[in-house]
Amino acid sequence: MAAVSTAVARPSGLWLAFRRNRLSWVGLVLLAAIVLIAALAPLIAPYDPIEQHIAYRLEPPSAEFLLGTDTYGRDVLSRLIHGARISLIVAFAAVAIAMVVGTFIGVVSGYVGGMFDQVMMGVLDVKLAFPTLLLGLMIAAILGASLENLIIAIAVTEIAPFARIARAPTIALKQRDFIEAGRALGFGPLRIMGVHILPNMIADVVVMGSLWMATAIRTEASLSFIGLGVKPPTPTWGGMIREGFENILTAWWLAVFPSLAILLTVLALNLLGDALRDAIDPKLRAE
Amino acid sequence: MSVDDIVLDIRDLTTEFLVGGRWHAAVRGLSLALRRNETLAVVGESGSGKSVAALSLLRLLPQAGARIGGGEIRFAGRNLVALSEDDMAEIRGNAIAMIFQEPMTALNPTMTVGAQIAEAVLTHRRVSRAEAVVEAIRLLEEVRIPSAASRVHDYPHQFSGGMRQRVMIAMALACRPSVLLADEPTTALDVTIQAQVLALLSELKTAHGLAVLFITHNLGVVAQIADRVAVMHAGEVVELAPVGELFARPLHPYTAALLRAMPRVDVDSEDLEPIPGQVPSIAAVLPGCAFAPRCSFRQPGCVQERPPLVAIDAGHEHFVRCPVRAPAQEPTP
Repeated sequence: MAAVSTAVARPSGLWLAFRRNRLSWVGLVLLAAIVLIAALAPLIAPYDPIEQHIAYRLEPPSAEFLLGTDTYGRDVLSRLIHGARISLIVAFAAVAIAMVVGTFIGVVSGYVGGMFDQVMMGVLDVKLAFPTLLLGLMIAAILGASLENLIIAIAVTEIAPFARIARAPTIALKQRDFIEAGRALGFGPLRIMGVHILPNMIADVVVMGSLWMATAIRTEASLSFIGLGVKPPTPTWGGMIREGFENILTAWWLAVFPSLAILLTVLALNLLGDALRDAIDPKLRAE
Repeated sequence: MSVDDIVLDIRDLTTEFLVGGRWHAAVRGLSLALRRNETLAVVGESGSGKSVAALSLLRLLPQAGARIGGGEIRFAGRNLVALSEDDMAEIRGNAIAMIFQEPMTALNPTMTVGAQIAEAVLTHRRVSRAEAVVEAIRLLEEVRIPSAASRVHDYPHQFSGGMRQRVMIAMALACRPSVLLADEPTTALDVTIQAQVLALLSELKTAHGLAVLFITHNLGVVAQIADRVAVMHAGEVVELAPVGELFARPLHPYTAALLRAMPRVDVDSEDLEPIPGQVPSIAAVLPGCAFAPRCSFRQPGCVQERPPLVAIDAGHEHFVRCPVRAPAQEPTP
């Protein structure tokens, strides 16, 4: 029975491989810090993010306001910390939904093939033909402005790329001998897709996911700016960049700090994505 | 021949492919009975239809452009040709299993071999995953993988070709099938490993009373493993005989030519004798014997009508499809 216990402890192999990669630590620590900051926002933010200090409008970074203040005299650091919550929730949730739905469509479409595949890909091509922002705008406008609807709108815009990225390797994998061997063992289509196809292509999808999270944060910014996202004065990174953009020449800190926040988050996600890809591939994992 | 021992009975099986808008037969009227505890080797050169025949038995032909055009596959009182896809999936891997030519690519690179064997067990048996892993270790031991309990957690790329083929065999045996289809399982291996895998297969055949359909183009392998041999040419069996009989008394000109084209250490010959021409394309439908254009015994009658497969011995064990070397006296049983 000793063998069974090691079999159960198997996922640690993945973790071990993940741990060996130094850059994965940078990504992990960075992301953990961002998530922690977002989670503890009310405790660590020096000011109320929507409180207006009219006397201190457009203050540059100082000891009192570490990252300066915006046009309404609100503390940029506090808004940045609180904004992390919305931005992360929206980006994670939207990409998670898009990844699950898109991968499902892509794998099924690629595996089933034929007419079904043609129709599905046709529909997705039509969707891809719309600019992301325009599509998000349409959906957000139809559903109305709220956090949930914003997540749905962004998720829908990102389904097509995930379906595409999942379909291509599925079609290539379908020809492989172990799929045929699986069929000869009596595996049903679902088992083949779940056991043989998904694990062989999930790395691509996960890495894609970390990249598209950046796009999700950007789309959130754009939609929020137009007024179809999270309503002001609730702080979001995207919203802050848009607001700060108007004053970029006179008050650079308004747009630069939220941009840096997005940059760091995306960097962390990409490092994690790469490390995860390497950890998933058993050839790179083996000694 | 005891009728009770017949596990898989193929009757007049025809498999067709869609080529240029028309259906052409790649396997023509194949009739073979596979018995318990025997290895029936199917030999023939590339394009003779032997792999297609094996895939037809499990109904694993590509969905578009291929079909079983006629005939029956009797197994456990049922006709596999008429079964629903769900019923067929229940038979695959469970009652009839298959091992493939390329052990390098027939295993999923992202799963440990133990997990893959366990998956095969879980497909057909109601056991927990932990029990399936224990069964996987037992199967790896059965196919003689050293220190199976630790190797069960290794990935396919950590195994050599011969070891991978053993893993494939373990997977195929996971659900105790009664029939094993082996499609050139040793072609990708070097000779010493090939001999080991063949010995293992023989041993497992005896231990489980398996009926093994062994597809190969290698007559040396046939001599090592087969009990009976079916020689295929252009989608049909041209000669069927016990292995000793076939090597001692090859009657069909194609069988004789195949044997002459095989290198042997016990015969001193400078040159091997190749068979002229090639297996005719499936689109070229010949009215007579398909081997006639390549045959040195050809008679005018050969090209007019398709010769039947006739028994040439009293025991009904040796069948030949040739009007010249084995003229028809009685119809095929």
